Amino acid sequence: MLQVTGEIDMATAPTLRQRVLLVTGWEPDGLVLDLDRVDFVDSTGLGVMVGAAKRMRMIGGGFRIVCSQKHLIDLFSITRLNEVFSLYDTLDEALVDVKGPSGAEGAST
Amino acid sequence: MSEDFEIEIPPAFEHLAMVRAVLSSALEAEPILKEEQLQDLRLAVSEATTNAIEAHQKLGSDAAVGVRITVVEKKVTVKISDHGGGFDPTKLKKHPPVTDPERLEYERGLGVTLMRRLTDDCTITPTKTGTTVTLVIHR
Repeated sequence: MLQVTGEIDMATAPTLRQRVLLVTGWEPDGLVLDLDRVDFVDSTGLGVMVGAAKRMRMIGGGFRIVCSQKHLIDLFSITRLNEVFSLYDTLDEALVDVKGPSGAEGAST
Repeated sequence: MSEDFEIEIPPAFEHLAMVRAVLSSALEAEPILKEEQLQDLRLAVSEATTNAIEAHQKLGSDAAVGVRITVVEKKVTVKISDHGGGFDPTKLKKHPPVTDPERLEYERGLGVTLMRRLTDDCTITPTKTGTTVTLVIHR
């Protein structure tokens, strides 16, 4: 589980990308990205999440995002990434049985 | 009545947070936009400023990027001006639909889409030395 705080933009996204690369390098069964303490996400941040979903799909693991803030949920809808990512309201829900190929549950064939 | 705020930032990404903070303070003092609209504008301005900084960095230019906020009654206009050599929005690469597994190959390129979707008007104008992006939101 990766818990992110603060703002994700072009200045801070590289750090998050490195963490994602590190964690996915361990080939976990699942990865949960907790965005509940994130105030701001830009397109670079969304790109890091797309990268995380891709890596987890490659290794056959699950990928989930915890996000209950309206402006972030709206951002996922506007970009239609809500169709690619599995979004959860709470960390507890996201942690239940997070394994198996996902990152696009319902979106992949 | 109209109010103007203008800042210039060096072309480095660590200044993005400051641009967003200035925008919030400029518009929070006398609440003009709804909270949701302010969030949308913050993101659109941040995207445009990111592109401007990136254009300067690609050219190796250390010239400043300008951000001008103009408030006229219930209309907020933000102009982001760079000297990064220009950019043609019609040449943006088209992404596959999000539901296509191929979409995961594209980690970049949502910025201009967001700028357009989050504002009432988004105009990208080439200038002699670069690009000016004008973002407008009405209350």
